[in-house]
Amino acid sequence: MKLVPIAALLAMALASPAALAQKKYDPGATDKVIKIGNTNPYSGPASAYGTIGKSIGAYWKMVNEKGGINGRMVEWISYDDGYSPPKTVEMVRKLVEQDQVLFLFQTLGTPPNTAIHKYMNAKKVPQAFVATGATKWNDPRSFHWTMGWQPNYQTEGRIYAAHILKNNPKAKIGILYQNDDYGKDYLKGMKDGLGDKVGMIVKEVSYEVTDPTVDSQMVQLQASGADTFFNITTPKFAAQAIRKAYDTGWKPMHYLNNVSSSIGSVLKPAGLEKSVGLISTQYLKDPTDSQWANDPAVKEWEAFMKKYYPEGSLIQTENMYGYTVAQTLHQVLKQAGNNLTRANVMKQAASLKGYRPDTMLPGIRINTDSGDFAPIESEQLIRFDGTSWQRFGEIIGK
Amino acid sequence: MTRRQLIPIAVLLLAACALPLVVSDYRVFQFNLVLVYAIALLGLNILTGYNGQISLGHGAFYAIGAYCAAILMDKYGVPYWATLPVAGAVCLVAGFLFGLPALRLEGLYLALATFALGVSLPSLLKYHRLEKWTGGVQGIVINKPEPPFGLPINADQWLYYFTLAVTVLMFVLAWNLLRGRIGRAIVAIRDQHIAAEAMGINTAMVKSLAFGVSAMYTGIAGALGAIAIQYVAPDSFNIFVSIVFLVGIVVGGLASISGAIYGALFIQFVPNIADEISKAAPWAIFGIFLIGFVYLMPMGIAGAVRMGLARLQRKAQNK
Repeated sequence: MKLVPIAALLAMALASPAALAQKKYDPGATDKVIKIGNTNPYSGPASAYGTIGKSIGAYWKMVNEKGGINGRMVEWISYDDGYSPPKTVEMVRKLVEQDQVLFLFQTLGTPPNTAIHKYMNAKKVPQAFVATGATKWNDPRSFHWTMGWQPNYQTEGRIYAAHILKNNPKAKIGILYQNDDYGKDYLKGMKDGLGDKVGMIVKEVSYEVTDPTVDSQMVQLQASGADTFFNITTPKFAAQAIRKAYDTGWKPMHYLNNVSSSIGSVLKPAGLEKSVGLISTQYLKDPTDSQWANDPAVKEWEAFMKKYYPEGSLIQTENMYGYTVAQTLHQVLKQAGNNLTRANVMKQAASLKGYRPDTMLPGIRINTDSGDFAPIESEQLIRFDGTSWQRFGEIIGK
Repeated sequence: MTRRQLIPIAVLLLAACALPLVVSDYRVFQFNLVLVYAIALLGLNILTGYNGQISLGHGAFYAIGAYCAAILMDKYGVPYWATLPVAGAVCLVAGFLFGLPALRLEGLYLALATFALGVSLPSLLKYHRLEKWTGGVQGIVINKPEPPFGLPINADQWLYYFTLAVTVLMFVLAWNLLRGRIGRAIVAIRDQHIAAEAMGINTAMVKSLAFGVSAMYTGIAGALGAIAIQYVAPDSFNIFVSIVFLVGIVVGGLASISGAIYGALFIQFVPNIADEISKAAPWAIFGIFLIGFVYLMPMGIAGAVRMGLARLQRKAQNK
């Protein structure tokens, strides 16, 4: 009869879920709050991206007003690093050692994230969903505490290469790229995608982010006799290149990188009639594209922007980006439940299965597992028809 | 050096040694950066404060020193401490060579020439033919030195003590240099270069040497900074670094050795305070601080401290 008390205990344990789902915390998490750290360039040369940090902060304000995540409020601590790696190191050490955040989220830029990469992994504090498209963030074996989010640039470069090889195997390709890690990653993707046909590239020219215009580079590309143009530029230069290609009468098959596919901040300034026929890729809904004007998710985003981030711009895709990546983390923290340890945050981030924030394009889903730290790995090819982006072909990627 | 001068220095040193034992690792790291900046500012002060040559490009020497350390450690496996003499020597030569043509330039024209150096260096670091060594835009990641001989301190504390030792050495050397014959020549050129020449000072040589020594100090600081941050990239060394150094020596006190320490504290901590006061316009707050300091302490913090002490002394004597 000694078994009876044990059986009774077992029954009790099974009956009360609280006993099973024990609360577990690392520094930065309590019954009341979850502390999340971040650095963003609110000043300096890359300050245009600072709106990402602000839109994410606005998202948590909304979440907190609606009761938080599993009853806990999100405390969002975001410091300015001016895109300067030494400052990032200092601010991140402050976040981890002094503010005691549970983890970092969306630290922005490849050089700043490179500077803290080793530190975060030595400290075993998650560096979750970093805001850069470099390929190296997907390396769970060596860097178990770091994870990217957006499709990486090399993948996208390969998508265009495949499209060129399929549709115009005799193309003569001219490439304009920004002379930094971002530009070179795209370039590498394109070259890898072309494989032994890399000789199709007849001319590559670069520009510095500090250059005033890319006009002379465009003239060089046109003179090279290229009939296909891969445009690896950030918004300001993309608009210049599109306009110049049109005005000089060069009519190449024009591939524009996703970074600059916003209608509001690139194609409108360049001229919509000059942008007809552009090919690009997307994974988010472009809020300035009229086809989404009545989309419930985009409407919800607009309402969010007006209420929680009224000074933010409705035509900047960065704000849509911030909202969408914050939704992804929201999902991760919901999954983590009451087990708010750093290990569990990484584990949940690495077990997203077919998750789709409603502001992502239909058909694109987020999948991660312990060997795959690249959340978004598929994109949709799109073509511009003069008023909006038309999706064509299938979703490419995983 | 009199006993009156020695006592405060000894107290300061003791405080500096005790610091890592009482504050958090994050603060130790910040004070490590203060020491690094102090060496850099001392270097710039030798050139601008003592010799009267304005440099808006010392960030370039800071970057060269940092890259020397990073490349030696990463590509050739040189231990971190051995990179400092190399970084110093490379910058000494670079500074001396840059100083030679700069002799023809005075005042604002020299400022512009050095500005050009500071502006162009980040792009040079990205240059694709140098990429093998510099790592291009990706930069170079280096390992943090571990404390030797099984000392019971962590890596942050060890690096702080190491940097402190280098700082003390560099300050003693500068103090020796500046109070001696060469130091007097350096100052004489600033005050009246025709008279200095008439007295037999080789002004061209002394000015170029001042440039070289100044660059050497800043280069060693750059190497120590790279070891503390564990990463170098072109984005770390934009022109703002040079400007901040100039701000540091003016606020700290021109032509003052202790001014380098005050200036270093200022450029390390005031931007953070400004950021905490206003997220929206941190640099506006920084500007207010700057105007306040320049207005209230026209001779820099070191000058204000000196005047305050003199006033106290007079009061004590009058009693």
